Amino acid sequence: MTGKTKKQFIEREDVVVKFVGDSGDGMQLTGTLFSDNAAIGGNDIATFPDYPAEIRAPHNTIAGVSGFQVHIGKKVHTTGDLCDVLVAMNPASLKANLKWAKIGATIIVDADSFDERSIEKAGYKTNPMDDGSLDKFNLIKAPVSSFTKESLKELTTDVKTAEKSRNMFALGIIYFIFDRKFDTTFEYLDKKFKKNPLVSEINKTVMKAGYIFAENVDALESQIHIPKATLEKGKYRNITGNVATAWGLLAASEKSGVPLFLGSYPITPATEILMELAKHKSLGAKVFQAEDEIAGICSAIGASFAGSMACTTTSGPGLSLKSEAIGLAVMTELPLVIVDVQRGGPSTGLPTKSEQSDLYQALFGRNGEAPCIVIAASSPSNCFYFAFEAAKLSMEHMTPVILLTDGYLGNGSQLFKIPKMADLPKINPPIAKPNDPDYKPYRRDPETFVRQWAIPGTEGLRHRIGGLEKENIIGTVSTDPQNHQLMVDLREAKVQKVADFIPLQTITGKENADILVVSWGGTQGAVLSAVEALQAEGKSIAHAHFNYIMPLPKNTADILSGHKKIIVCELNSGQFVNYLRMKHPENQYRQFNKVQGLPFFVNELTAAFNQILEEK
Amino acid sequence: MENYTVERSKVELTKEDFVSDQMVKWCPGCGDHAILSSVANVFPKIGYRKENFCLVSGIGCSSRFPYYVNTYGFHSIHGRAAAVSSGVKIANPHLSVWMATGDGDSLAIGGNHFIHIIRRNIDINIMLFNNQIYGLTKGQYSPTTPMGSFTKTSPQGTIEHPFNPGELILGAQGTFFARGVDTNPKMMTEIMFEAARHDGTSVVEILQNCVIFADKTHAQITSKDLRDDHQLHLKNGEPMLFGKEKNKGIRMRNSRLEAVEIGKDGITEDDILVHDQYQQDPGLHLMLAKMAPPHLPIALGVIRSAMYPTYDDLVEEQIKYAKENSKIKNMDDLLNSGDTWVIE
Repeated sequence: MTGKTKKQFIEREDVVVKFVGDSGDGMQLTGTLFSDNAAIGGNDIATFPDYPAEIRAPHNTIAGVSGFQVHIGKKVHTTGDLCDVLVAMNPASLKANLKWAKIGATIIVDADSFDERSIEKAGYKTNPMDDGSLDKFNLIKAPVSSFTKESLKELTTDVKTAEKSRNMFALGIIYFIFDRKFDTTFEYLDKKFKKNPLVSEINKTVMKAGYIFAENVDALESQIHIPKATLEKGKYRNITGNVATAWGLLAASEKSGVPLFLGSYPITPATEILMELAKHKSLGAKVFQAEDEIAGICSAIGASFAGSMACTTTSGPGLSLKSEAIGLAVMTELPLVIVDVQRGGPSTGLPTKSEQSDLYQALFGRNGEAPCIVIAASSPSNCFYFAFEAAKLSMEHMTPVILLTDGYLGNGSQLFKIPKMADLPKINPPIAKPNDPDYKPYRRDPETFVRQWAIPGTEGLRHRIGGLEKENIIGTVSTDPQNHQLMVDLREAKVQKVADFIPLQTITGKENADILVVSWGGTQGAVLSAVEALQAEGKSIAHAHFNYIMPLPKNTADILSGHKKIIVCELNSGQFVNYLRMKHPENQYRQFNKVQGLPFFVNELTAAFNQILEEK
Repeated sequence: MENYTVERSKVELTKEDFVSDQMVKWCPGCGDHAILSSVANVFPKIGYRKENFCLVSGIGCSSRFPYYVNTYGFHSIHGRAAAVSSGVKIANPHLSVWMATGDGDSLAIGGNHFIHIIRRNIDINIMLFNNQIYGLTKGQYSPTTPMGSFTKTSPQGTIEHPFNPGELILGAQGTFFARGVDTNPKMMTEIMFEAARHDGTSVVEILQNCVIFADKTHAQITSKDLRDDHQLHLKNGEPMLFGKEKNKGIRMRNSRLEAVEIGKDGITEDDILVHDQYQQDPGLHLMLAKMAPPHLPIALGVIRSAMYPTYDDLVEEQIKYAKENSKIKNMDDLLNSGDTWVIE
C-alpha cells in the first residue's frame, strides 16, 4: 500500500454495505470476505444474502440481481435497514437496490457495465450515471471491468477469468474505504485455491488494483474507521442461523447420548440445515433425504420410536404437509423436533423472503386437541441454543417441539461466541430400564406427566403404540369416553407443565413504562434497536421479547401488567397479539404489523412508537 | 461390505412367545387370520431375539396386525407405514422390521412411500394384503380392484385400470417379490421365511379374501375346480410346471410366455422354463409377475430375490468411514473448526 496522505479518517459507530450484481457476479463471496475480515478485525457484524428465486435468471435483468448486505459496527443487532455504501456491478442491480441506499450514500458502480443494451435491459430510459438521478448520492464511476482486465495483462489474457474476478476489484475499493488489511482475505484465497495458485494470484492482483484505484479517486476523500466491538472475551466465529440450528441439534445429541436422526425434504429456506447435517456423519448423525415432507416427518417419528433424537426441518408449506404426522407424535407421546424456517406465505408465497406467519399453524394447525411446545429463536447465533433447547424439552417431556426460525435468521449470519460442550446443560431423557416390571406404555411421572421411552430391542418392554387413542397407563386401544377426556387433559397438562422448566420472561426497561413493546422470534434485533434508540432519548418505553410461546413463561401476566400501553410488533397480520388476547385477555393490546416479505426497519418502528408516545 | 444383521436369540422361541393378549377383531372368515397364523409360525423360526422384532402398519384392516402379535409395534397413520418403518430400520439396523399394509394403504394414499422404500432397498419385510377393496371404510374400490367392478363408489362399475402390485414393485427396482394366497398357509409361511432371509426390501403380496365387501374376488385363483390350472407354484431351479397332473408348463415363444401341455405338439419338459429367482435381470420376473388367468396361471411363490446392497447397511458404512477418517470427532471439534478468532 502506498498510503497517500490526502485522505482523512472519519469515525462511524456502524455502517451498512451492500454488494449487488448479476447472480454469478460473486456478490455472496465478496460480501462474506468483507464481513469475515471485519469480524476478525474486531467489529461486530451481521450479514444477509439477498438472492433471486431463479438460479440463473437472464443476464443483466432485474430478476437476476443477487446481493449481500453487511452491517458492521461497534454493536450490531440487525443486518441494517438502508445502506451507507452500495456497490453495483451492473445497471439492473443499481435499479433494483437504489431504494435501499441512504440519501448521501456512496454508490460505486462498474461504469464499464453501463452500455446501452444493459441500461435498456435494466429498464432505464436514460443512463442513470449522466441524467442527474443520482445527484443525491456520492457516485463513484469506477471502470471496474476495464481496469480488471488491464491489471491482469501479465497474468492472463483469458477474458472469462478477468470477468469472473471483477468482484475482487470492487472488494479492493471497499477495503480502501474501510482501511482494511488484506492479510486474512489473502490467506483465505491461498487456502481456497491451493491447487490452483494462479487463480489466487489473479484475485489478489485485482483486489490490490481496486484498492489503488480508490486511493487515487478524488471523490473518495475520506476513509472510514469503525471502533472495535466491546464483546465478551472469548473465541468467536461467524455463523448463519441455519448452520447454528444444525449444530444445536448435534450438540443436543452428543449431550444426551441419543443419536441424531434427521428426516427432511429440501425446501427453501430450510435446506441448509439438511445439507449441514449431511456433512457430519462423523458425529453419528443419520440424515435421510425423504421422498416428500410427509416421509421426512414420518421417518423421524419411526426413528424416535426406535430411540433416536429425531428431527425434521422444513418451511411453511412443508409444515402444512406434516400436520397429520405431528398429531401422531403428540398422540404417541414421542420426542420430535420440527424446525420451521418461516417464509412468506400462503401457498408457495415468497420462498426467498421472510415472515412470521406460521405461528397460528404451529400453535393450532392439527386435527383434534393436539398441543405442541412452540419456541422461537431470535438471532442467527441463538438458533444454536434454541435448537438445543427444542431437543432437550422434546426428549425430557416426551412430546413434539416446533422451533420457529425464519428466512432472515436462517440465511443471516452473526458473530457466535463458541461455547464449550461441558458448559451446556445436561439432557436426561426418561428411557425405560430393561425388564422393568412396572413398565406400562402410558404410566406417567406424577409431577411432569411424562411417559417413559421404551426402546425396541430392550428386553422385557415389548409394547404397541399408535395413532388410536389409548387407555391410560396400560396403553391398549380405547374408545371409552372418560378415558379420552382424561388422556386429552393429560397431554395438555404435560405441555403446560413445561412452563416450570423454562426461564422467566425478561424485560428491557422499566416495569411501569408508558409503552411496553412486545415482539417474538426473528424481529428481536430491529425492535430492540428501536427501543434502545428511544430509551436513549429518555422516553418511557420497555421491551419484552418472547422466545417461549407454548407454553408462555409463568410470569407473562406480570410482565404485561403495569404499563400504560402495550404494542405487539410482528411480521404477520397479528397472530401473537391474538394469542395474547386469548391467553391474557385482561390487557388491551395494540399492534404493529407488516407482511411484505421484509424485516422491520428500525426507523418505521421508532416512528410508530413515537406516535403512540405522543398520544394523549 | 459388512452386513449389519439382526441379533440372534440365545433361546429357542415358540409361537407362544408372540401371542398377544388382545382380542383379534377381524371378521370371521377373513383371510387375515391365516396371515396372522403364518407370521406366528415364522417369527420363532427366524432365530432373532423376540425383542428385536418390530411391526409397523398404516391404516386399514391389515394395519390392525401389530396389536395381535407380541412384539414392539407401531400402528401409524394412513399410507405412511413405509416412511415410519424406514425411520425405525435406519435408526436401528439390528431390528427385524415388518410392515403390514394393504392395497389402499400402500398403493393409493401411500404409493409414493411404497415405491421409494423399494427403490432404496431398505431391509424391511412388507406384507401387502391385497383384497382389492377398502374394507375398513366398508367397500369402496381400491387401486387393485378389477376394472368394471361394482362397489359402493362405483355403482356402474369402476372405470380405472388397476395396478398389478408385482409390476409396480419390479418397476421400482424391487429386489424381492413373492406372492401367496390366504388359502395356502403352508406356502405363505415358506415365502415369509424367505422374505425374512432376504437382505433388502422384501414385498410379499398376499391375495386375501374380504368375506364382506369383495368375497371371492380371487375365486379365479382359489376355487377348488380352477386352482390347479390357474396357479403356478414357483420353486427356484425347478421347471415351471402346473396342473393337477403337473403336465402343463410355461415356455417362452416369440418373446412371450405361453402355457403349454407336455406331450402335445411334440412339447417335452426341456421346452419348459426353469425358475431362477436370483437372477439380476428382472425381465423374466416381470413377465412372471404379470401372468394372470384365464390364458396363463398366476405365479405364486418367490418370483424375485436378487442381491443388492441395502440402504441401511450403506448408511452404517458411510458413518463408519466418516468416523475413521474425519478430523471432527466431537462437537467441541466442530464448534472450533474453520475460521475462528479470539477476542481478548
